[in-house]
Amino acid sequence: MSGHSTYEPKNAFSKWLDARLPVTRLVWDSFVDYPTPRNLNYWWTFGGILTLCLGIQILTGIVLAMHYQVGGATAFNSVEHIMRDVRHGWLIRNIHATGASMFFIAVYIHMLRGLYYGSFKPPREVLWLLGCLIYGIMMATAFMGYVLPWGQMSFWGAKVITNLLGVFPGVGQSITTWLWGGYGVDDPTLNRFFSLHYLLPFVIAGVVVLHIWALHVVGQNNPTGVDPKSKADTLPFTPYATAKDAFAMSLFLIVFAVFVFFLPDAMGHADNNIPANPLQTPPHIVPEWYFLPFYAILRAIPDKLMGALAMFGAIGCLFALPWLDTSKVRSMRYRPTAKICFVIFMVVCIILGFCGANKPDDQVIPGLAGFMLLDANANSWVWLSRIGTFYYFLYFLVITPMLGLTETPLPVPETIASPVVANAEKKG
Amino acid sequence: MADTAQETHAPVQDDPSRRDFIYIAAIAAAAGGAVATVWPFVDQMNPSADTLALASVEYDLTKVEPGQQVVILWRKQPLFIRNRTPEQIAAAIKDDNAAMKDPQKDEARHKPGKAQWLILLGSCTHLGCVPTVGGGEYGGWFCPCHGSVYDTSGRIRKGPAPLNLAVPEYSFLSDTKVKIG
Ligand code: HEM
Ligand code: FES
Repeated sequence: MSGHSTYEPKNAFSKWLDARLPVTRLVWDSFVDYPTPRNLNYWWTFGGILTLCLGIQILTGIVLAMHYQVGGATAFNSVEHIMRDVRHGWLIRNIHATGASMFFIAVYIHMLRGLYYGSFKPPREVLWLLGCLIYGIMMATAFMGYVLPWGQMSFWGAKVITNLLGVFPGVGQSITTWLWGGYGVDDPTLNRFFSLHYLLPFVIAGVVVLHIWALHVVGQNNPTGVDPKSKADTLPFTPYATAKDAFAMSLFLIVFAVFVFFLPDAMGHADNNIPANPLQTPPHIVPEWYFLPFYAILRAIPDKLMGALAMFGAIGCLFALPWLDTSKVRSMRYRPTAKICFVIFMVVCIILGFCGANKPDDQVIPGLAGFMLLDANANSWVWLSRIGTFYYFLYFLVITPMLGLTETPLPVPETIASPVVANAEKKG
Repeated sequence: MADTAQETHAPVQDDPSRRDFIYIAAIAAAAGGAVATVWPFVDQMNPSADTLALASVEYDLTKVEPGQQVVILWRKQPLFIRNRTPEQIAAAIKDDNAAMKDPQKDEARHKPGKAQWLILLGSCTHLGCVPTVGGGEYGGWFCPCHGSVYDTSGRIRKGPAPLNLAVPEYSFLSDTKVKIG
């Protein structure tokens, strides 16, 4: 994709620099003259939005770290100090806490975009894997960040999740003790989580560089999934993609600001305003919303080890996807059956999210008596999450490989430009 | 003269395995050194000496009424001390041979002759929440997190937890005093 460099240094200084460190040339070739498919829609703006999110988290995080005092006795109070006393502290913390949720909204849209338009298929496997890796590190970062304010949800969330790693036969207990640095979640745990929470976003930034590098080697996918074949299929990154990205970012920031200023607690949990107490478990432990579908999968299976394996397996499916999908057609625009299965998959993920937020034994349809099915009432969240978990794995492990072999796709356009030009002619 | 010179060099060239040996030895030494260097960086995360040295606790049992449970901190973790009523003990013994995930007789869960006193780690063997006393259909404990049910002996009877509530190391110093740890 990245053909010949068209960068021409204009003045003496840029010529001098270009001969020594061609960094301006790199930026020019990657973000100004870079050819982008002419039919990119707004789903393609989330890469830029994600970069913005990472920048916001790092900036606000560094400021928070100037006032935050790590330690079981000090952490909770120092966060209160940030909220009440530090100048603009409330704003910076609200941006950081809300920012984590906005980051995950953006990453889920970005990933679903990839699923729908087949952006993980050859030659973009490495690009996709790097994306999955970023997602994994993001989850670890957000999990450890949520522990830092040392409220009840911080503490018990940390305890439940670290215990999860204890399920592996034989080595499990030594792994959790090693993670805790004690007999349970305690000061040493909080300290190391802070250290890693500070580190990991910079690791993410490093992987993002690799992600973009891989992107610029294989080129962007586009809504048709057809490779650009001529100049008619592409437009230069600047001004076209830059302007579109900037517009989408502005809209995103408006939504972001609504949450920061009007609904700062909407995505958090009230129990985290109670200081951590190792003697008392909150009546209902839930993780942050972005982990809920996986939490539902964990609880769907009555066996401790199998539940944890299913949860990790659900994330593992994403990594394996490039080798699970057998369809030669990238974009689901031309795969009507796949499109239906994909929409069901999205709905199932949302349903799993609700399952994760509710108590397993509570009724899904209030008032309906239901009947006992094996170990629980059929009208319970646990049974709904079992159905959801079944479809989740069915989608990745059966539907995706089978459909590519059996379906008849719609005709795929020759080039990116052809349907665009045809439409324009039709409109006259 | 030329012949002699060749003869002295010949054996070295003919035996490449000697060079391989040096490669392997050097790489093995470097790998060993690398592991020895990495180990302290990994092991530092394990509990430190002062954490491990956390003293044992003594507890005066007269403070626990029959039917009551007291939760104390031991090694900064919750510990249950429960004074069981005769009915609760009888219920536990009655189920000794019931089907269980982690079968254990009630007598294996308390000190001989002290059936009244049940001392357990207050940490659900599923994912570590603190079970609430008296909950669940066996009147033992109920874990609010994912619904594990323990009986009056602290044995797992229902739910995702795989094991019975753990019994710590402890001893009776006198009839009314225990030392845990
Ligand atoms: C990938 C980027 C990041 C994510 C997803 C993230 C996420 C989070 C989350 C979810 C919290 C808990 C917020 C709350 O409920 O109060 C948090 C807290 C915190 N984070 Fe981050 N963070 C990121 C980057 C950073 C960076 C780069 C730093 C430091 C340089 C940092 C420093 C802190 C501090 C000091 C807290 C505790 C104060 C508080 O709870 O508001 N974070 N983070
Ligand atoms: S932690 Fe007790 S049931 Fe899960």
